[in-house]
Amino acid sequence: MAEYQNIFTRVQVTAPHYPGVPHEPRGVWVRGVKASASHWLGKIGDAQIGPFYLGSTGFASILCFLIAFEIVGLNMLASVSWNPLQFIRQLFWLALEPPAPQYGLRLPPLHDGGWYLMAGFFLTMSVLLWWVRTYNLARKLKMGTHTAWAFASAIWLFLVLGFIRPVFMGSWSEAVPFGIFAHLDWTAAFSLRYGNLLYNPFHALSIVFLYGSVLLFAMHAGTIMAVSRFGGEREVEQSLDRGTASERAALFWRWTMGFNATMESIHRWAWWFAVLCTLTGGIGILLTGTVVDNWYLWAVKHHVAPAYPATFEALPDPATLTGAAK
Amino acid sequence: MNIRFKLLLAAIASVGLLSACGERPPVQSVQLGYRGTGMEVNYNPRLMKIVAERNQIGGIQPAADTSGPLAKDIYQNVQVLNDLSVGEFTRVMLSMTEWVTPTEQKNCTYCHNAENYSDGSKYQYQVARSMLKMTREINSQWTSHVKQTGVTCHTCHRGGPVPAYKWFTDPGSGRENAFIGTRAGQNSVITGLGMTTIGHSSLPYDPYTPFLLGDANIRVEGTAALPNGNRSSIKQAEWTYALMVHMSESLGVNCTYCHNTRAWASWSQSRPQRTVAWYGIRMVRQLNNSYLLPLTQTFPAHRKGPEGDVAKINCATCHQGVYKPYFGQSMAKDYPELRGRKAPAAEAAAAPAAPAAAPAKTATSSPAKASNVIAQATAAASGDRL
Repeated sequence: MAEYQNIFTRVQVTAPHYPGVPHEPRGVWVRGVKASASHWLGKIGDAQIGPFYLGSTGFASILCFLIAFEIVGLNMLASVSWNPLQFIRQLFWLALEPPAPQYGLRLPPLHDGGWYLMAGFFLTMSVLLWWVRTYNLARKLKMGTHTAWAFASAIWLFLVLGFIRPVFMGSWSEAVPFGIFAHLDWTAAFSLRYGNLLYNPFHALSIVFLYGSVLLFAMHAGTIMAVSRFGGEREVEQSLDRGTASERAALFWRWTMGFNATMESIHRWAWWFAVLCTLTGGIGILLTGTVVDNWYLWAVKHHVAPAYPATFEALPDPATLTGAAK
Repeated sequence: MNIRFKLLLAAIASVGLLSACGERPPVQSVQLGYRGTGMEVNYNPRLMKIVAERNQIGGIQPAADTSGPLAKDIYQNVQVLNDLSVGEFTRVMLSMTEWVTPTEQKNCTYCHNAENYSDGSKYQYQVARSMLKMTREINSQWTSHVKQTGVTCHTCHRGGPVPAYKWFTDPGSGRENAFIGTRAGQNSVITGLGMTTIGHSSLPYDPYTPFLLGDANIRVEGTAALPNGNRSSIKQAEWTYALMVHMSESLGVNCTYCHNTRAWASWSQSRPQRTVAWYGIRMVRQLNNSYLLPLTQTFPAHRKGPEGDVAKINCATCHQGVYKPYFGQSMAKDYPELRGRKAPAAEAAAAPAAPAAAPAKTATSSPAKASNVIAQATAAASGDRL
C-alpha cells in the first residue's frame, strides 16, 4: 500500500522518438532541435525532450525577457555596489522601483524610474510575444486556442497592474515594483491605501476562483488516479465512450455530493475557474483608486460590512479637537 | 525504508524547519476587541521575561527636604531648577549621576568642571540643562501622552550617557543619484547607517525624518467610499506603513493593539491607545525640533550622525520594546522635582494649558544641510501624484 503513495510516474515507456504531426505550411516550421530522452524528466512527465520549435516570436520573446531580466538584475546588483555576496544575501530585499509619484505619466530620468519603465516595456513585450507564439503553435497543430486564451487572462491581470491602471491613475508610480519583498510590500500598501482590499468583491471572487481551482484540481487528479486501474486516465476516449472507470468516478461523486461532472465538463470547469481567477482579479485591481477609493467604506455604504458592538470606549479623532497639537 | 521510518524523518525535518522560524511557542493572546474582529495582542511569556528583566526602573533617592533655601540662592548659574530647594536640587543631581553618567565615571565631573561647578563649558552640562527642561515639559505639558506616569532621565538613559534607542537621518546608500541601482530609501537589509531595517522589511528605512522631525502627512487612506480628491500614492502608504511598524516594534505590540485592522483609519473602531499614540507622535516631533535640534552646535562631532545631525528620539527611545515604559511603573511619581516648575501662582498662570500648537519646523541653529534632508525626505514620503 505504502509504495503506491508516490508523486512520480510509475511507468516509463521507451520507444523511438515521436517527431510530431506533419505541419503546415512548411518553411518556418522546421523543427531545429532533434529529440532526445531523459530518464529523470520521465519520472515527472514524458521522457522525450523535443523536437523544440522556437520560431521568430519565441526568439523575440526570449530576447525581450532577457533584456528585462538583465535590467532588473543589474539594477539590483548595482544597488549593492556590484557586490555579488551582498547581492545573494539581500536578494529578497532588492528591487527596481517604479518612477517617483511626481513624474506622473511623463518619462522620468533613468535612475528615478527610467530603468523600471524599460524593464516593464520589455517584460510586457516578452509576455505578449509568447502569447502570439502560444496561439500560433495551437493553430498550426489544428488545436483549439484554449491555452492561449487562458494565458491571455493572466496577461490581463499583468497589464492591469503594470500598465492599464497606472495610465488610468495618471502615474507610473502606481505600478508594482520588481522585487520579491518589494512587491509584497506594494500589495500590503495597496490595501492600506485603498481601505482594505478584502472588501473588494472582485478580490473576493478572484480568491474563490483561485482556491476553487486548487480544489477542482485536487478532486479531478484524485479521481483520475483513483480510477486509473480501470483505464480512467484515457480521459478523451472516456468522454465519448464512457467505460467502467468513468462510471465508477461518476458514482463516487454522486454518492459524495449528489452531482458529478463528466469526463469532458470537468475540464471546462477547471478552465473557467482558472481563467476567472485572474479575470476577476484584474477587474478588482482596475476598479481600485479609479472607481472606488476606500473598499471598507464602500462595503459599509452597501451594507456588506457589519457593525460590531463596542467593547471599549472609542475616542474621537484627536486631529478634529480644538486646541490639540497639530 | 519503511513508512514509519519515513514519517519519523519527516517529523524531524518539520521540527527543524519550524525551529528556524525563530520563536518557540508558547504564544499567548489576549483579546482586546469584540470577538471575531481579531483584535488581540500576542506575546510569548518566555521572551516577555527577558524584556521584563531589561526594563527595571532606576534607583530612587530618598525624598528631599522641600523647606530649605532655594538652590538658586545658594549656588550660581541655576537656570532650570531654580524653583527647587537645596535638598531637592541635590537629590536631582545625585539621581542624574546614577541614571545618566557612564558606568566607569559615576561622579559629578562627567558634566561639571570640578574646579567650578557653575562653569558651563562642558557640552554635557549644556545638554543636561536642556534635557532637564525637556523632562519638565514632557511631564507638565504632554500629559496627553505620558499621563500621570511621567518620565525621568532614566526612562531613556537607563544608566548611560547616550540612550540605546535613538536615530540619525539616514545618509542613504550613497547611490541616490547614481546612473543605475538607486534604492529610493528602501529595498535593503541594512540602512545607510548600517543598521537592520525596520521590522527587517524592505520598507523605507528612515520614516523618522519626514514624520518625527518634519510633519509629512501620515494619513493616506481614502476618506470616502468613492474617489474624492485624495491623491496619496501607494509609495506614500509604504512610508506610513514603515512608521507604523516602527511603533509596533518599539512597543512590542501588534497592529491590533490600537487599530481594528479591517478599517485602519476609523477612530470609532480604534482602541483609546491609538489616541495616546497620536499624541506621542506629536510629542516626539516637537521635542526633536525644540530640544534636540537646537543642540546641534553643542554636541561634539563624535556624538553626531553621518549627516552632522544630532541624535534624535523616536518611540523606542522611551518604550524600549514595552507598551508602556517599565510596564507602566512610574518613576516620576517619586520625583516631583521633575514634574514641572513648582511655580508660585503667578508663574503657573503664565504656563500654557495645551502644548504648543506647531513646533518650529527647523530650529534656527540647525545646519542648513539638515533642513535640506528633512525637505527631501518629506517630499519622498508625501509626494502626491501629479
